[in-house]
Amino acid sequence: MTTRYTKDHEYIRLDGDTGTVGITDYAQQQLGDVVFVELPSVGKSVSKGDEAAVVESVKAASEIYAPVSGEVVEVNGDLEATPGTVNEDPSGRGWFMKLKVKDQGELDGLMTEEQYQDFVKSL
Amino acid sequence: MAEPARADEPLLQTPLHAEHVAQGARMVPFAGYDMPVQYPTGILTEHNWTRDHAGLFDVSHMGQAFLVAEDGSHETVARALEALIPADVVNLKPNQQRYSQLLADDGGILDDLMVTRVGAPGHEGWLYLVVNASMKDQDYAHIEARLPKSVSLRRKDDLALIAIQGPSAAAVMAGKAPALADLPFMMSADITVDGIPCHVSRSGYTGEDGYEISVEAGDAARLWQALCAHPEVKPIGLGARDSLRLEAGLCLYGHDIDTTTSPVEAGLIWSIQKRRREEGGFPGASRVQREIREGASRVRVGIKLEGRAPAREGAVITTPDGREVGIVTSGGFGPTVNGPVAMGYVTKDAAAVGTDLHLVVRGKPLAAKVAAMPFAPHRYKR
Repeated sequence: MTTRYTKDHEYIRLDGDTGTVGITDYAQQQLGDVVFVELPSVGKSVSKGDEAAVVESVKAASEIYAPVSGEVVEVNGDLEATPGTVNEDPSGRGWFMKLKVKDQGELDGLMTEEQYQDFVKSL
Repeated sequence: MAEPARADEPLLQTPLHAEHVAQGARMVPFAGYDMPVQYPTGILTEHNWTRDHAGLFDVSHMGQAFLVAEDGSHETVARALEALIPADVVNLKPNQQRYSQLLADDGGILDDLMVTRVGAPGHEGWLYLVVNASMKDQDYAHIEARLPKSVSLRRKDDLALIAIQGPSAAAVMAGKAPALADLPFMMSADITVDGIPCHVSRSGYTGEDGYEISVEAGDAARLWQALCAHPEVKPIGLGARDSLRLEAGLCLYGHDIDTTTSPVEAGLIWSIQKRRREEGGFPGASRVQREIREGASRVRVGIKLEGRAPAREGAVITTPDGREVGIVTSGGFGPTVNGPVAMGYVTKDAAAVGTDLHLVVRGKPLAAKVAAMPFAPHRYKR
């Protein structure tokens, strides 16, 4: 499985033509305690860079952008009852949505794990 | 969002800055100061710790000052301040504290503040003021320009201010200064805590029992460390300070009250004592008296959302059929309520507790109801 990262701290983990989208551990640390996640409807088409979800911490609301274009095929309904999962396990149980990726070529513009870790160190 | 106006100004530091950094706080610019927004455990944990134990807050950025009458008379200094605020200052007992507002001539609120009649011997004719950090320069200029020659303002920028709040605060402080156990709400005492001279009041900004401790800057770190060493005490940042005061229904200047809101609209009539309501004699008195008599056209209310999504400052408030009736001035997630809470101004026809409202968040109407404040019950030591 390939995982790619955006400079806005989203990740997309590709499994076949479906990518699981969430936010990185760095992002959840920066946001602080997550108290609400607004997820898109299943079936919605999003373009790369579109606002796809909103995550609310105690302090503020932050937009989550689609790392690539695609159709939302599944959302993590568990986050409704337990939004804190985003803090506890951002790369695992704290995922946001699954996208059917439209153009795998868009992934090439994103960062690899190593590139992302270097990016975070530079912040 | 960036604050461009301050981008090239160095941030000020409180006397406790090094403590916050050593305790792993995340520091952010606030009112021109580099302040802790949270410590490593995070806002939710800090909020809940304060409700269940005792939270320690550095509020040294706030403005502390004295008003001093040359003739040493309480009456002289009290009358001078009464010309600027609607509270009864003349009838304050020594060491008694009151919440009030500096009012503009049109009755708008220039700032809110705490006023204490100093009780220490040799300080007859002294009042102690605490004003908001972001407003202190304007406040002091406003006050000084309006004082009679017989009264002067003395800024005390060399003082720190530490708040300890929560159900364990009394036991913690009484362990260091037994007389503090029985200090009543909104009264103060000059007292030694761990050998450090302090001015302590039974007050705060969380809805919990607690104290605010004014101390010389040079003693602040030692006092902070001594209090943090108690197992019931943890440091709390500005993030949880905001969620705690929101649940307590307390106004934040510049958000819930400002020059466009009057004390009556803001629901602060309780802070205007009977004699002042009747006599007036403060800026904006005619508007305040009229609004007390006839009711204000809009009022500050508490709002509870029915779902889990928070509504923040600036969200438009409508009736369920979409008629705009107001705006949210503070909103977020209330950890003690375990749900989203807000406050805002609505027209008086939409202000009754239980009224159905919609709050428009990201273009979507969220169902909500006017709710009684405080959202979390006050637990002051009466």
